[in-house]
Formats: sequence, C-alpha cells, structure tokens
Amino acid sequence: MSAAPHPDYEVVIGLEVHAQLRTASKLFSPAPVTYGAPPNHSVHPICLALPGVLPVLNARAVELAVRIALATHCSVHERSVFARKNYFYPDLPKGYQISQYEEPLASGGWIDVVTQDGDGSPGTRRIGLTRIHMEEDAGKSIHDPAIAGDDATRVDLNRSGVPLIEIVSEPDLRSPAEAAAYLRTLRAILRYVDVSDADLEKGHFRCDANLSLRARGAAALGTRTELKNLNSFRFVEEALEAEIERQAEILDGGGRVQQATLAYDPGTRRIRVLRVKENADDYRYFPDPDLVPLHLDTGRVERVRATLPELADQRRVRFQEQYGLPDSDARQLTEGRTLADFFEAAVAEYGPPKPVANWMLRDLLQALREQEREIDSAALTPQAFAKLIRLVDEGRTNARSARSLVGVLVAEGGDPERLVRERGLGSVSDSDVLESAVAEVLAAHPDHVAQYRAGERKMLNFFMGQVMRRTQGRADAGVVRAILERQLDA
Amino acid sequence: MSHPLATLAELRRALDRGEVSSLELVDAALARAEASARSLGLFLGLRSEAARDEAAAADARRARGALRSPLDGLPVAIKDNMLRQGEPTTCGSRILEGFVSPYTATAVAKLVEAGAIEIGRTNMDEFAMGSSTEHSTLGPARNPWHPERSTGGSSGGSAGAVAAGIVPGALGSDTGGSIRQPAGFCGVVGLKPTYGRVSRWGLVAFASSLDQIGVFARTAADAAWLFEAIAGHDPRDSTSLPEPSPRCSPDLDGDVSGLVLGLPREYLVEEGVDPRVLAAVRAAVSELEAAGAKLREVSLPHTRFAIASYYLIATAEASSNLARYDGVRYGHRAAGAQGLTDMYHRTRSEGFGAEVKRRILLGTYVLSAGYYDAYYRKAQQVRTLVRRDFEEAFRGCDAIVTPTSPEVAFPIGSRTEDPLRMYLSDVYTVSANLAGLPGVSIPCGFAHDLPVGLQLLGPPLEEARLLRLADAYQRRSDFHLQRPPEPA
Repeated sequence: MSAAPHPDYEVVIGLEVHAQLRTASKLFSPAPVTYGAPPNHSVHPICLALPGVLPVLNARAVELAVRIALATHCSVHERSVFARKNYFYPDLPKGYQISQYEEPLASGGWIDVVTQDGDGSPGTRRIGLTRIHMEEDAGKSIHDPAIAGDDATRVDLNRSGVPLIEIVSEPDLRSPAEAAAYLRTLRAILRYVDVSDADLEKGHFRCDANLSLRARGAAALGTRTELKNLNSFRFVEEALEAEIERQAEILDGGGRVQQATLAYDPGTRRIRVLRVKENADDYRYFPDPDLVPLHLDTGRVERVRATLPELADQRRVRFQEQYGLPDSDARQLTEGRTLADFFEAAVAEYGPPKPVANWMLRDLLQALREQEREIDSAALTPQAFAKLIRLVDEGRTNARSARSLVGVLVAEGGDPERLVRERGLGSVSDSDVLESAVAEVLAAHPDHVAQYRAGERKMLNFFMGQVMRRTQGRADAGVVRAILERQLDA
Repeated sequence: MSHPLATLAELRRALDRGEVSSLELVDAALARAEASARSLGLFLGLRSEAARDEAAAADARRARGALRSPLDGLPVAIKDNMLRQGEPTTCGSRILEGFVSPYTATAVAKLVEAGAIEIGRTNMDEFAMGSSTEHSTLGPARNPWHPERSTGGSSGGSAGAVAAGIVPGALGSDTGGSIRQPAGFCGVVGLKPTYGRVSRWGLVAFASSLDQIGVFARTAADAAWLFEAIAGHDPRDSTSLPEPSPRCSPDLDGDVSGLVLGLPREYLVEEGVDPRVLAAVRAAVSELEAAGAKLREVSLPHTRFAIASYYLIATAEASSNLARYDGVRYGHRAAGAQGLTDMYHRTRSEGFGAEVKRRILLGTYVLSAGYYDAYYRKAQQVRTLVRRDFEEAFRGCDAIVTPTSPEVAFPIGSRTEDPLRMYLSDVYTVSANLAGLPGVSIPCGFAHDLPVGLQLLGPPLEEARLLRLADAYQRRSDFHLQRPPEPA
C-alpha cells in the first residue's frame, strides 16, 4: 500500500467515531449492558419501546461523556439537548433514535496525533474535534438465514439503548495513515480515562470516514463521500486508500465526484456505493419532549475533571522532565495507562529510570507481544522486575539470562532470585574457575595473544567470547574482562 | 343503597357506616356499565371478575380495620390509554389489538395502591386525538344528557361514565382540553393538573409536552381526593415535577374572599361563542363575585395563535410518538405483506384511523427539512409568548375564568367531515396545555338543555386554589346535582 502523498491532490479526511460508554445499564433504561447474552434478554419495556414508556437519562453515562470531552480538551456546554432522529427500521423500536443534534454535549477540542511526515520522520499533528455528543445505539437486525431462517429477518434488541458517544473530528486529517494514527490515539485516550473498553471486535469503537480530494493549493473543499462502518484500523486505511484512488480516477478523467454513502468490502478491497445523496435523508430532528435539557454547571464539570487521571500527553512531558527520558521512550511508556503505572512503580523500587525504561521497552514489551498480553494481565510485578534488573547490576546473573527470565515472569510470576538459582542462571564469578578458563583460552590461541600484545586491543572481545563459550554464557563479563586484561598484560 | 349519582365522599360514608359493601358498589357500577353499553358506548372493556374480587378484598380489609386510604373499595373507571399489568390497552385503536401490558402506569398503580377499584376501560378518541370520542374502534360514546350528542373528547368515556352515575370518579388525560371539554359537555368536574404533576409513566403518549393525566368527579371535593391520590414526583418520568403530592382538601372551605378572578378580554367576546353559553358563564362569575371574589379584566393577546401553535406541536410530537406502532414487536401486523416497507404501509394503513393518519401526516410535514423553522420552531416561539401572556396575567389575578368550550355538546357526526371546525372547539382549553397550567371545568348551567362548563385556569401548581374556587361555586349552585335522564 502506498503511503506516499498523492502527487496532484490533497486528501481531506474527517472521522466520526462511535464509542460505547462503559456503563452497567443503558442510556435511558435500567436494562443491563451485556455482551453475548441470548437475544432479547438484556431488555426492559423502555428499550422495547412499549406504549407509555419514558426515557430516564443515565447519570453515569453523562459523567463518562464529560470525562472524554475533558480529556480531549473540549468545552462542555452548560446546556445540551437530546433530540429525536426519526426513521423507520425494525431494529429501531421507537421509530427514532435519541441523540443530540443542535445542542451537543461538548465541542471545540483537539487531540495530538503522532504521524510520519513526508520524509518518514515522526511529527505531531493537532487534530481538531468539532463536537462530542451522546446517543443511544440501535438493536441488531439478523439477516443470516442460518439464524433467521430463509426469507426472514430477526431482531435482537439487547443493544438497543446502549450508550454511545459520537466524536466528530474536523476535516484535519491528510492521509489514511494519519487517520489510522488518530483512531489509535483516540482509542488509547478512551481507555486511559476509563470511558470505554473501545474493543473493536465487540463493536465498542466504530468509525465512519468522510473523504474528499482537492487540487494541491486549492482553498475550497472537494465533494466528499462517506465511508460507513469501518471496523478495524487496517480497514480504515485500506478503505481510504481505495477511495482516494477511486476519486482521483474520476477527477483525472475530468469527472465530478458525487456525494454518496459508501461501504468498503475488505474481502475484495472494493468500494461499493450504498446510496447517492441527491435527496438527503430527512430525519425530522426535534428536541425530545420526554427529556429535559441536560444542565451541567461548572461545579459538576469540575468535579468530573478532578477525578480524571493524568492524561497521556501530560504524563509524557512529565516523564521527560522528571525522569530525564528521551521523547520516544516517554511516548511509548505513556501510551497505555497501566504500562506507565508499571514504569513508575518499578522506578520507585529500583532507582535510576533509564535502565528501567530500556528493560521495559526492549524486553518486557517483546515478552508481552509474544504472549499477546497487556501489562495488566501479566503475572510480573514492578517489584520483581526491579529486582531482576538489580540482579544483573550486581553481577548475580547476566543480561542474557535475565532477558530469558522476563518471559517466564510475565507468564508465571515468581521471585527472580529464586528463578535464577533454580534454573542455574547464576553468574560464574568464582575467580579460580574463571582464572583457569582464561588461562586455557589464552593457551589455545597463541597467535591471537601475540596479535593482542602487538596492539590489536579488539582481540580482547574475541577472548571474552571464548571464555563465555566455555562457561555457557554464565560468566560475569566484568570479572572475565579484568582477569583477561591482567593475564594478557602480565 | 345510595343513589348511583352519589359522590365519592357520600359512598365513603355509606361504606364506613356499613350501609353498603364495596362488592355491592362495584356490582352496581358494573351493572350500570353493562346496561348502558349499547345506548352510551362508554366502556371499551370491563374488568367484571377482577373488580369483584378486588371489592371483596376491600371489604375484608374494612372488616379488619386495615383500609388503605379513603378511596379504598370505591369504584372508578380509567381511560384506555393508561397501562395496567396483564391487561389489554387499545387506546381505541386497531393497531394495539392484542397488546397486553407487562407493566402498570404510575397513576393507575397509585389508585390501586389506595384501594380504588377499576371497573373498566373507558372509550376515547383513538390515541386521544379528537374532541368527540367518535374516532374509536368501538364507535362513538354518547352523551348521557342526550344520546345523539357527543360526550366531547378525547376522554368522553370517562366523562360520560361519571355523568351517567356509573362511577363516582374516573381518570382521563388532557392534551388540548381532553378532560375539561368532555367534563363541560357532560356536566361533571374535570381537573387537568399542572404539566408534570401526575407522572406520564405508562400513559400512552399522544403529544409528550402537552399530555397530562387528570381526574373526573361530580364535585370539586371528590376531584381533590382523586388528584391527591395520583399526583407527586415520579423518577420514571423526567418531566415530572419535584414537588410531593399536594394536599388540596383542607383548602376547600368555601371561602374565596379576596381572590381575584381574571376575565380575559379576548375570550369573553360574543364572536364565535354560543350566547347562551356566555350567559351561563357570566352568571357563574357573578355568583363567585357574590361569594367574595374580585373581578379584573386581563389580556391574553397571543391566544389567537394558540390553536395553530397547538396543532403544529401536538401533531409533530404525535408523528414521532406513534412511529413505534410498526407491526414489528406487538399489536397489529398486516398479513400478506411483501417485504418490510409493504408491511409498514399495510400495518399502519389498517391499524390507524383517519384522524390519527391525518395528524401523523401533518406532524411529519411540520418537522420536515425546509418546513421545520416555518412551522415547528415558530410554533414553539408562539408557545413561549402564550406562556408569558399567562405569567403577565397572573401578576394581576389569582385565576382566570373562561367558558370551557364555545358551545354545548354538538351532535354526533356533525364535525367529522370538518376537522378544522372540530379543532376550533378546543379554543379555550389548548392554551393551558401550551403553558403547562392547571385547569378545571365545572358545571355552571345549561343551554339548550345541555350542560355548560366553566373553566378556571391557575398558575403552575395552584390546583388547590382552583379547587377552592370550584368548591365554593358548587356550595352555591346545584348544577352538579342535576341528573341526566335514565338511559333508554
């Protein structure tokens, strides 16, 4: 896939993300939010839209929505209004979705996204957020004949009324890769502030993309198309690449892009037109008379702000200042909240930050990747991790052995000191053993000894390697070096 | 046994003195409802067996000295748009055929909690859309005062059931006058409380920002009892007011001295009003003045836009509220449909009557892109102006007096071909719904041998003041004691 910018056109992308809020019950109903429950079991008369039911706003959902608004630097409006979006569909029981329209919860925020510049060097771009609003999810229509039977559609209303926030970006994104980076960052923030599990596979995080092209240097935006339901980061990039190609072909041929709603088929990697927006949908929005306007005074917003954890970008800056870490280290360590917490706990135990960062970013992350784990599901504690590094510092095991133990500790936990002992990974630092090993190596390679003595000091590494081989890599490198130098210089 | 036209208070005393049992009262109510079923058409369904069982249980409670409330054991009727668990509710519509509710409306639950016994479900205009109780699967309800005349609507069944002496009290709902207008037409008391006073949980929605449950009774004192029983904050209704249930009964002492009645310049004009109706209202005002109330002219300049504003807002909300009746989950589903869209079309074409369809179409249009600003938004602006008119008027008076309707009960069938004329019969009542104010209609005389209603409107939460005035008037008049002819 080409990551190079298009030579003739500037790409303009805006994203709409729907994220499921992490609440126990639905947005306007006491029915529980579940995943994988039998169809139509997580329901209540409210989410079935029986006659006479009325919505009652879930206060926890409001708090979570305010959290993500604050975490993305939006201003939370003192007054926002729930509106009805009217359309008929079997999985929309009321015949309308309760959303926010003219007066959303929050607007005017931004997030910083790390991107690759044209020359491949990393940079940061600030992507504006137009608005954040709350809305309820629809149910699910099941057309699969295996479940629904031939010629039938079944409706599962477990998801009906589940709380969502919609986060709408400004058309600030300039490439599919940037769009994907934005989505990853946004998802990380949602998780950082405990607002959403943002699990793509469970549909907790869904994306629609608007894309248009314009001639480089042009001020006016081109006609945009909307790609619906992109449910993986990879598909977002693929779909946008495919759509850029499609629009560029039309424009190259002197044609005009038609405003349309599109779907991307990851199997064929093709774009399909769902409907052309000649006559725009008329949802007949109006304020929901069953709900009063949502009033959020400064006090309430500030109380939510006070419960926010330190955000990733603030923490990154602090890691640079407080621990003297380079930007790339600080950035990687603060991507996830639990990883950053682990780092700080390990440093508190160990002392100097840089070795902890190195061990984490190299060996710990690799072990986590290999075992497909997140740090919070690893058996390794920050204390044990600090102890392991200290064992290396003290020469009681060497770096290679310690590295091999990181995976074990991640999977099983345990005391590093005992593991070193049980697995025979302790350093050989007994000088008698090492003295004789060195003597044997020097005796076996007289030519190399002569070269060394003639001034080829790098031969020392050769001798080190030989001694390590004889001790199966367990020799304490510092002790060996000292003995070698003494015997050679004797 | 007491006369069927006895009041709740009289029946309570008879029960307490052991002159009659709850079971006898319920039996009598059911018998009268059944006997008048064909001639008056006031009930969509009777709970004969359940009501008798509940009456026997109430008698047992009384024997144990464990009465739940003064309403315990007294028969009532409920408009068929308030849900009760395990029982059907149709709203007079084919589209809800077969629907049995799994839950109970708050107002109904409170009456049940108080021990009142629901004998049945009263006839109504389909989804409460109408002013005549003609638009119903059952056919028209008939006015006990004259069977060829309308009961008014949409709560015509409840008004008629109280007027005919079937029950001493009933629940109705009022979106643009649907309690007050039929109360006026049938010669009973009808109270529409402040918007948000009585929970709408379990009330089938017509127009959410206007709908309000209220009560019918023969006297203001009875209405106060019923109102106290069903009012109060409900966390299941976000528009429910935070106030606890009011105590109105202690205010009903007949003293209205010093209360200022506002007479709106725009309402008490000859134009468009039956002069005999106006004469009855003026006489009632004089009676209240004689009782010590003061009179003052007030102005409600925007009321001439109220009907238009009301029909835009009410239909807009209705078009959305009724979208859920789609044949997918409950109620009527058309047979033989070819695909989803066809199923929707057929189900809703078959399930809704002409008046409901008319309002859904109008409301859909009002909310459509390009028309929203001209209609819906403008109507909301008018609504604000109407509310301000009342705020201004109530700076100079304690209650506002008007006729309930510009005319007496009209002949059944006389307005169905002219919906606009039907809409205009709500001219005095809709403003209170737009402004969310309480209003009461009380019998204040007769014109053309049919009852005339006097409407009292008050500031928000001042139901007790309205009932005090109504009660004081009833202490000085006997219109509420007149009996309609026995049904043929």
